[in-house]
Amino acid sequence: MGVRSATSAAVAAFAAEVGPPEAGAVAAVGGRTQWAAGGPVSPDAREVRAPVGIVAVEAADMTVRVAAGTAVAELDAALAEVGQTVALPAWDGATVGGVLAVGHSGLRRLGWGPVRDTLLEAVVVSADGRVVKAGGPTVKNVSGYDLCRLLVGSLGTLAFVAEVVLRTRPLPPSERWLAGEADPFALVERLYRPAAVLWDGTTTWLLLDGHPDDVAAQAELAGLAEAGGPPDMPGPHRWSLRPSALLTLRAGAGPAPGRFVAEVGVGVVHAERPPPPRRVDDHVVALHRRLKAVFDPGGRLNPGRDPLASAPTGAA
Amino acid sequence: MDHDARRDAAALASDLRAALAPDRVRTEGVELGLYGRDASVMSGAAAAVCFPLTTGEVAAAVRIARRHGRPFVARGSGTGLAGGAVPVGDPVVIVTTKMDRILEVDPVDRVAWVQPGVINLDLTRALAPHGLHFAPDPSSQQACTIGGNVANNSGGPHCLAYGVTSAHVLAMEVVLADGSVTLLGGLDPEPAGLDLRGAFVGSEGTLGIATRIAVRLTPDPPSVATLLLDFDSVDDAAETVSGIIAGGLLPAALEMMDRRITQAAEAFVHAGYPTDAAAVLLVELDGLPAGVDAGVERVRAVGLAHGARAVRVAADDAERALLWKGRKSAFGAVARLAPNYYLHDTVVPRTRLCEVLTQVYAIAERHGLGVMNVFHAGDGNLHPLLLFDAREPGVMDRVHAAGEEIVQVSLDAGGVLSGEHGIGLEKRDLMPLLFAPDDLDAQARLREAFDPEGVANPTKILPSGSRCGDLQSVPEGVWV
Repeated sequence: MGVRSATSAAVAAFAAEVGPPEAGAVAAVGGRTQWAAGGPVSPDAREVRAPVGIVAVEAADMTVRVAAGTAVAELDAALAEVGQTVALPAWDGATVGGVLAVGHSGLRRLGWGPVRDTLLEAVVVSADGRVVKAGGPTVKNVSGYDLCRLLVGSLGTLAFVAEVVLRTRPLPPSERWLAGEADPFALVERLYRPAAVLWDGTTTWLLLDGHPDDVAAQAELAGLAEAGGPPDMPGPHRWSLRPSALLTLRAGAGPAPGRFVAEVGVGVVHAERPPPPRRVDDHVVALHRRLKAVFDPGGRLNPGRDPLASAPTGAA
Repeated sequence: MDHDARRDAAALASDLRAALAPDRVRTEGVELGLYGRDASVMSGAAAAVCFPLTTGEVAAAVRIARRHGRPFVARGSGTGLAGGAVPVGDPVVIVTTKMDRILEVDPVDRVAWVQPGVINLDLTRALAPHGLHFAPDPSSQQACTIGGNVANNSGGPHCLAYGVTSAHVLAMEVVLADGSVTLLGGLDPEPAGLDLRGAFVGSEGTLGIATRIAVRLTPDPPSVATLLLDFDSVDDAAETVSGIIAGGLLPAALEMMDRRITQAAEAFVHAGYPTDAAAVLLVELDGLPAGVDAGVERVRAVGLAHGARAVRVAADDAERALLWKGRKSAFGAVARLAPNYYLHDTVVPRTRLCEVLTQVYAIAERHGLGVMNVFHAGDGNLHPLLLFDAREPGVMDRVHAAGEEIVQVSLDAGGVLSGEHGIGLEKRDLMPLLFAPDDLDAQARLREAFDPEGVANPTKILPSGSRCGDLQSVPEGVWV
């Protein structure tokens, strides 16, 4: 193997489809499950789709190489056959590239960690239509700048993801959803690394995973009843709060989310009403502008999308 | 130094002394020499060395360096092995070791704000009463700083299950290359905008200097088991590693030591390691008790199936600590075997460990060098130590040649240049072995966005010419 494994025909075709700068504005389309994130993309942009398919399940290495247009659910099904999974949200129809571009985690973030820790290597198409590799296929790697981190959550504004290598994790041998009236904050404190603790202001849901005996012992400690699964998530808004700031929801202080379900211990709130505005420091705004200018000087990738869209600017 | 240069240096020192304090700025030859090196084999020269106490002082030092037309280099304890802290281009070296306070521990949000000069192990010790710890635990953890961990995205044995530094840094106050101060990341789960925090971690001081760091704290596991398995062949040990991972078990740590390093460590700390084994594996499982017990049985079964001679499970915390002490003292123990050693750091897919190790031994033999292996087997992170006596004429050429071959066989197996030491100067010119010109160009663009003039730790990580129109020069005055 030389500098990199040969660019697959599918990736090369995707790069050709994106084309050189003269080919004009392009919008990368995944499953459209979070299409509103970052604001509307310009209707003039030509739609392109990343390739589809699982390239290689490296079960013994606990990694997988997959084309970015592949549905997360399809990837999960393939990994389940070897007793593994990935820490990506498998929303109905969501693609690997789409959930990486948005960067929002699923309900198991408390136990499984954020989406950004899952991406090991990204083969992307740059704004000038070239194929560029970021990161590497091993589970540990500090060879140069961590462009993968920059890509997760970038909403396709810096490059379009074509193919990725992801870290997989073992499927837990057992899992159980529980629900009841317990104090969710005390649960996070008392239990050892639960997979999820959800709370709607009244009811608490708890997801435990691991060895069946450990799950049983933790369930007893929690003192909750069996539940069929998580509650329906209110929407369409998603708040991001420091975990302890969720206590203001209990106190009824601070901005009102309307109907909500909070991920306790994480700080994500699924809410009916929009989040309170977040201030972003001017220097951070300037860095965003410069990054966009160096990676996509012509502004042709997902025009209209802005990773800072929901945040007003000004001194923090 | 000619007259003008002498005058410039005096003016620089005078400005730094006015901004910091006279006793926290050094310009004398002996001390400049000390700060011309880190733990690598490379050296350079600083124009001045300063020791700020606050973010404001770091920013002032950066602005003064810029005003005098000089670059700046951030430095923690100087334990880096890739030359990342070696001063190039007559810079101002900004040492963060006096910024050593733990500012805040929040056990509810499981986050601590620390200054960059806090020692890694001091942080974990301070957290013990809270039942929490900072997961990255590099071998140098008694000496290395959190700021250095951020710069190098440091790892350590327990990063197998918990992830390297990037997974444990939530936010940072940073001084950027123009001397401005801002906050990257946040304590909330999804901070607005691009993940600039993630881009900054591991950037080896080339994007700015972190002056306050919010680290994620990990709850101490309720149950821990530590096992020592020993083998008659390195292959069997490597196959056991692959077997454990392939079976879907992710231990907290999975370390391997070959015969020579095991013997050296045993003579050094008397951990009860079997000195006649070809290789030993140190495996740690943690979590809830039933999962840990099941893991122990699984590791035992996989080990025995691959020819393990014995499986020892530490009976208590004291025995556990002793088994780890041998591993963590390994590098110190090497001094008994050869006057000098060169420590390498590459990563290969875990399924290729066995064949790459075989090649590493063959490369060392071909170059007439001793070699020993002690490494993070669970994530495929190799650390071959080449043993030599630097007084032997021509030996350094063989050491470097063997090192490059080790890098090449790792890359040929689908691996990468570095797992935790970073690129710095040591591997900068090897980057084109792993990355195509377009890949390097993308990395150079990231750097350009943060530091358009290339004044933050110049010439590190990327070879010159990585970016179209790159003006970065080959470093002068650097001795490898």
